[in-house]
Order: sequence, then structure tokens, then C-alpha cells
Amino acid sequence: MCNVCGCGAGETTIDGKAVEHGHGGHFHVHADGTAHDHDHSHDHDHNHEHAQAKHMHYHLHEDGSSHEHVHDHLHGHDHHHDHAHDHSHSHADGSVHYGLGPAGAHAPGLSQSRMVKIEQDILSKNDSYANDNRAQLAEHGIFALNLVSSPGSGKTTLLVKTIEALNGQLKLAVIEGDQQTDNDAARIRATGAPALQINTGKGCHLDAYMVGKAMTQLQLADDSLLLIENVGNLVCPASFDLGEAHKVAILSVTEGEDKPLKYPDMFRAADLMLLNKCDLLPYLTFDADLAVANARRVNPDIKVIRTSATSGEGMNEWLDWIRAGCKKAVDRKSIDGR
Amino acid sequence: MHEMSLAEGVLQIIEDSAKTQNFSRVKTVWLEIGQLAGVEIEAMKFCFDAVTRDSIAQDAKLEIIATPGQAWCLHCAEVVNVQALYDACPKCGSHQVQVTGGNEMRVKELDVE
Repeated sequence: MCNVCGCGAGETTIDGKAVEHGHGGHFHVHADGTAHDHDHSHDHDHNHEHAQAKHMHYHLHEDGSSHEHVHDHLHGHDHHHDHAHDHSHSHADGSVHYGLGPAGAHAPGLSQSRMVKIEQDILSKNDSYANDNRAQLAEHGIFALNLVSSPGSGKTTLLVKTIEALNGQLKLAVIEGDQQTDNDAARIRATGAPALQINTGKGCHLDAYMVGKAMTQLQLADDSLLLIENVGNLVCPASFDLGEAHKVAILSVTEGEDKPLKYPDMFRAADLMLLNKCDLLPYLTFDADLAVANARRVNPDIKVIRTSATSGEGMNEWLDWIRAGCKKAVDRKSIDGR
Repeated sequence: MHEMSLAEGVLQIIEDSAKTQNFSRVKTVWLEIGQLAGVEIEAMKFCFDAVTRDSIAQDAKLEIIATPGQAWCLHCAEVVNVQALYDACPKCGSHQVQVTGGNEMRVKELDVE
């Protein structure tokens, strides 16, 4: 399993417990002295009365025997779920036991619990780093792009061609994100552009903190272009704002036309889609119009440019788009700076 | 997607508020997760259990408040319910819809002591 994103978590177990065991276990001690654990896997809606008053428990005893029983859920479930779970279990064999709390003691009426209102976005930490990055970029008139795609879409080749074409016109720097190796940064450096490799290790995306650190280290020039090549992954990078002006999704024609539908979060988060490797279209059954239509189903506002780093198709339009963005960033800096 | 990072974000929020609100144990955590937030609930529960081990939120129960996906349809000029980001408007079939709700992921409240 990917350690960071939990991809494939469905098949994974920790300490032999399956992922589906959402609730904490209940520990029961029987009158005859035997004990067992069991997990409740029922889900609770928040504002609710318990829809089903009864539910099934399946118990496996230490002696190997097992039994099922149905019992009434009579606990009151107020709005804040003071889950005391004091339901008693009547067993078919006549023994009775009480569900014990995690502390292993039943203490009626004794609780120091209180509710704390939080109301905070889970990604707020990342977002605040992203805002810092964005402010810093704006202050220096830097136009930053976050390039996202699946692995093998031709991002790095396209970047190399882009850098070569802009050579002498724009100052630029590149941040490369990959799990391991600095092969991509080396390819970029070969063009003469400064490049910094971030290895995310087990991580599947760049986050704003990493990018902020890299920005400091790169000592970005004023009025320049910053190209951030994210980890090849169409899932996780969608949620992590890096402070960029735009996310640019790169979809190559050797992939499926339905990729925007399969990974809608990413294509919705992007402002521009580059349909790359278009020089290969004559050899493929790929329906480029369908791919664009699918992207627009997910994101009606997405701009699309058909590109090929090999034939140069669409490169001028892509470069013009970058130049326009850079000009805007510089103009905005001089307005804000006044 | 990235549920492990999200779970770590949740724990960070809990630990930050433990300092300001002065509590030492968390019994229940309520998360508001929109239907369109791209969060796999089962993966989230799994990751939450994993990252809260040996923390003040160890054994805390995770309660998910699911909020429905909602979008503004430009053709109908009204808010409609959508199940996925690429859903068409259920009324007119147009894809000119802007998501307006159901993409939140936030820590709502905590039951602490």
C-alpha cells in the first residue's frame, strides 16, 4: 500500500485487522469467566435516531464455539453520541454480560467529557503554506505552474522542449517531484535551467511545505517562471494546493480517452489540459475529440491545447499561454507594489 | 486518495487544539466529509486508526458526517444534487454545472476529556 495515500487500503490489514473494522472493539467478559472481543461494523449517521433498533452480534468464543444473537439497542444516542454502550447481552445459554468500556471499568454517570468545536479544514495546514507560497510568488512577479499527469505522459520531455524554446526570453526554474531518483532534475539541468529535485520517498504528491522549502533554496529570480513537475499521479496531487497560479494536466494520447472521467478530481482542479503526444494520433485509435469532451464534462471551463514535444504541434500556443501568464504576474506585481 | 496525509492532518488539528483547549484524551472525532471530496471513508478510518496509535486520540472513534454533493446548474439556474464530479444535471442533462457543496473535508468537533 502507498503509505501516504492509503491506495489499495481495501486489501490491507494492520495487526491482522481488516480495514473495514471501522469501530473500536467491544470487550466482553462472560459470567463464566471467558472473554472475547468483537468489532461493531455498523456505521452511524450523525443527526439520527437509530433506524434499526436491533442488530446482530456474532461471537466467537475462546473454546472455539460460536453463536449469533440479536439484541435491542436501547441507548439514547443524543446528538453528540455519548457512546456509553451499556447494552447487556443476553445469551442463548442464559449467561449475561455487560459491554465494558475501553478502560475496562464500568462507571455509571462518571464522565468528564466535553465537546470541543473545531470547524477546521483538514487541509488547512497545507493551504496556509500554499498561501504563503502564493504571496511570495506574487510579490516577486513569478508565474508558477503545477504540472500534473500520470507517469509516462511525457511531462519531462515537454518541459525540456518548453525550456529550450523559452531560453533567453524568460528566466525560469523547475521543481521536480518524484518518489525516488533525481533523473528528471538532471534532464532539466542539462538544458541549463536551475532545477531542484524533491524526492517524496513514500509520498505520492508534493505539498506546499516541500515546495516552499524548494522555492527558498532555488532563490527564484523576480519576474520569472516556476514550473513544478508534480509526482506522476492523477489522484493525490489534485487536493494539494502548492500556491501555483494554475494546475496544468497533461494527458497523452497513448492513454485512454476516458481518463478525465476516471480521475475527475484532477481534471476539475486543472485550468489547462495539454493533450500530448499528438504526433502519434495517426497510429492510434484514440479519439481526441472524445477525450476533450470528457475533460469538459468534468470541468466545463478547462482550456485544451493539443501538443507534441516531438513534432512541435501546439507548442507555440502553449508558449504563448505561458508568456501571457508571466506578463500578468509581472503586471500584477507592479500594481500591488505601488 | 492520500487518506494517510489527511489522517495526519486530522491528528495535527487535534493535537493543536489539545494545547489551546486543554484536554488530554479524545474519545470521538467528527469529520465532515463531502460526497465529492474524493475521500474513501474506509481508507480514512483505517489510516486514522494507524496514525492515532500512541497519541491522545488513540482508540478514538471516528464519526463521519457525509454531506451530499450539490451543484449549480447554469441551464436550470438552480442547485441540484450530484453524485460525482462528472455528473450531468439530473434535471436537464447539461454538464454545465458548478459544484457548490459536498467537497468539504473538515474536523467538525471532538468529544474530549
